Amino acid sequence: MPYLTDQPIDPSALLQSVESAERGGLACFFGVVRNHHAGRAVLRLEYSAYGAMAEAECARIVAETLARWPVAVALRHRVGRLEIGDTAVGIAVAAAHRDAAFAACRHVIEEVKRRVPIWKRELYADGTEEWVDPTRAGSGAEGQRGSEAAAGAGA
Amino acid sequence: MAITADRHTTIRVLLFASYAERLGRELLELSVPPDTTVGQVLELVREMPGGDQLPRHPLCALNLAHVGSDARVGPGDELAILPPLAGG
Repeated sequence: MPYLTDQPIDPSALLQSVESAERGGLACFFGVVRNHHAGRAVLRLEYSAYGAMAEAECARIVAETLARWPVAVALRHRVGRLEIGDTAVGIAVAAAHRDAAFAACRHVIEEVKRRVPIWKRELYADGTEEWVDPTRAGSGAEGQRGSEAAAGAGA
Repeated sequence: MAITADRHTTIRVLLFASYAERLGRELLELSVPPDTTVGQVLELVREMPGGDQLPRHPLCALNLAHVGSDARVGPGDELAILPPLAGG
């Protein structure tokens, strides 16, 4: 199943793909392009990926999640040029009850951010462009681990 | 002990995003002795033009999976040097 797409992510299609009669709890997370980063006005951005590994890493994250919680999971990450308000990542999780749905959904987004090889180039209102480095102080990113910690992620 | 050239193995080294820009290329083919570690490959790459702009301990992936710098590369392996991840 392809986890990366250069097409818009459809939230209802993602939710429908995990729905079933026995699953009464649905949780979802959508990461949307915002118009500011570290105090600078963002016009748009471009995601690029190490495609083969990103697909493999997403598949591992989903498989680990399914092994840990009794859930169904759908995951999509956008690549290419995105505008403010576009959905960059979409996750839908369905479970019999809410606890597993929330926990698994949170797990998937945290692991995607920590492990999947995707990079973001932002274009700012002042005409400059920059690769986003979430490990750099003052980048405004939360919960990011340093490169040393992430190096062992696949183990 | 001299290591003859024919015992060397060829690996592909992939560079992405800011690292590809710093070295001016996305793909390197390197010939390395058997049992070379990822850390040793990184030292070779850091000696190339622009390579000194890479961090000493970047994220690395071998054949599509994250690895540490002590992992060993083999014939035909694909080693990727990954800038700080920014997905999600």
